[in-house]
Amino acid sequence: MSVTVKIPAQLRSVTDGEGEIEVDGATVGEALDAVFNQHDDLRERITEDGGLRRFVNVYVSGEDIRFQDGLGTQLQDGDEVTILPAVAGG
Amino acid sequence: MATVAEPIELVKNRIEEVDPASAQREVESDGALLIDVREPHEWDEAHVAGAKLVPLATVAERITELAPDRAQRVLLFCRVGNRSARAADSLRGELGYENAASVAGGIEAWRSAGLQVIEAEGLTPEQRMRYSRHTLLPEVGIDGQLKLLDSKVLLIGAGGLGAPSAFYLAAAGVGTLGLVDDDVVDESNLQRQVIHNTERVGMPKTESARLSIQALNPDVKVVEHPTRLGPDNILEIIDQYDILVDGADNFPTRYLLNDAAVRLRKPVVSASILAFDGQVSTFVPYEGPCYRCLYPVPPPPEMAPSCGAAGVLGVMAGVMGLLQANEVIKLAAGLGEPLVGRLLLYDSLGTRFTELKVKRDPDCPICGAAAAEIPESEMGKFPDYEAFCAGVPVGA
Repeated sequence: MSVTVKIPAQLRSVTDGEGEIEVDGATVGEALDAVFNQHDDLRERITEDGGLRRFVNVYVSGEDIRFQDGLGTQLQDGDEVTILPAVAGG
Repeated sequence: MATVAEPIELVKNRIEEVDPASAQREVESDGALLIDVREPHEWDEAHVAGAKLVPLATVAERITELAPDRAQRVLLFCRVGNRSARAADSLRGELGYENAASVAGGIEAWRSAGLQVIEAEGLTPEQRMRYSRHTLLPEVGIDGQLKLLDSKVLLIGAGGLGAPSAFYLAAAGVGTLGLVDDDVVDESNLQRQVIHNTERVGMPKTESARLSIQALNPDVKVVEHPTRLGPDNILEIIDQYDILVDGADNFPTRYLLNDAAVRLRKPVVSASILAFDGQVSTFVPYEGPCYRCLYPVPPPPEMAPSCGAAGVLGVMAGVMGLLQANEVIKLAAGLGEPLVGRLLLYDSLGTRFTELKVKRDPDCPICGAAAAEIPESEMGKFPDYEAFCAGVPVGA
């Protein structure tokens, strides 16, 4: 499955400034691994012990994977995977 | 045959127009039938005693019932005299009412001539003018405007988000605006915080905002809270308001506000901004998710740069602040569909909006199934949010 992973502003320092990354993967975990293979520092920023860190939300086509199958959530071709941490700026 | 497209001047040349004073005389002395062809929401705003409301589109259908005798003198009026001119033309030309005439200048001229107009209750003449573009909207109307004037809204932060939203909420006639901010105006604020200005650098932000609001709309009562929200004062402050607007610039305040708002069941319109991106959602306790359902824990400090450190596009802050103001107006006037259970992301560089679904978390410690109602003795007790947001577990 070819999907687009969207990176928020505060993480683009570890993706060489890239905000959208096209990768292949059948699940969210596979798609994120493909992104980590290109940008290794991102892995440590948003995962620990093989799982997502608690402050990171990931959405597939608008739905939170926390309420689906987590990193095992299946992807469809063309899905958007949005990585979203809380922001405090006002 | 007259059509809507025909220039109004041609129509007026064909018909008889009377001035408001003559019209009133004819109605009182000669039994002329006075018909208001405007729409019901316009009638609600102001009308003339003795007139019958027959919206333009229904005149042809209802006239035979109202005036069975085609020789009856029929005087039609609207807001400024154009719709009624067409109605009079149609009554004369197509339906044979030879004595139909239009009141020149409509109800506006009626009012200007000093003749009696029954105005809607609740708004002063100045308010009717000031809010006329609101009250013309059938969805808002007089009732919606009165609700806005009655509403009490608290803005947490008078900065990048609070400045634009406070300005527009004041213009919209939100009756009471509370402002929480313990900061003073700095030159670096002025690129986005449009409620402040160059002369007020160094002035407390709440005071500067109050001056701008009072100059814009004297209807608004401004309450300054030049303090920082903490566990000791938050319940007392937010309890005075109906709607809370979160434009805070730090996580401790955001989590504290959420937890206190859920306890007091106050809706929070929450937005945050960084660089070119913004997020906004509306949290209505127990109807939808709360901030903690969305973000159970804050990110560590190295992942949470402030706008001061990372920069922010001023216009983007304005867009997000005004989306918050839009949500507030909807909640206060009971309009439309609020952003409950939805998180709207704005990417200003791509000019893209993305909507994400936010669900209530059954395990949420604040509003989830296991979260007990807070006993009175626990009200006002909150954990150390500074420590929590620095990564130390709550209660540690």
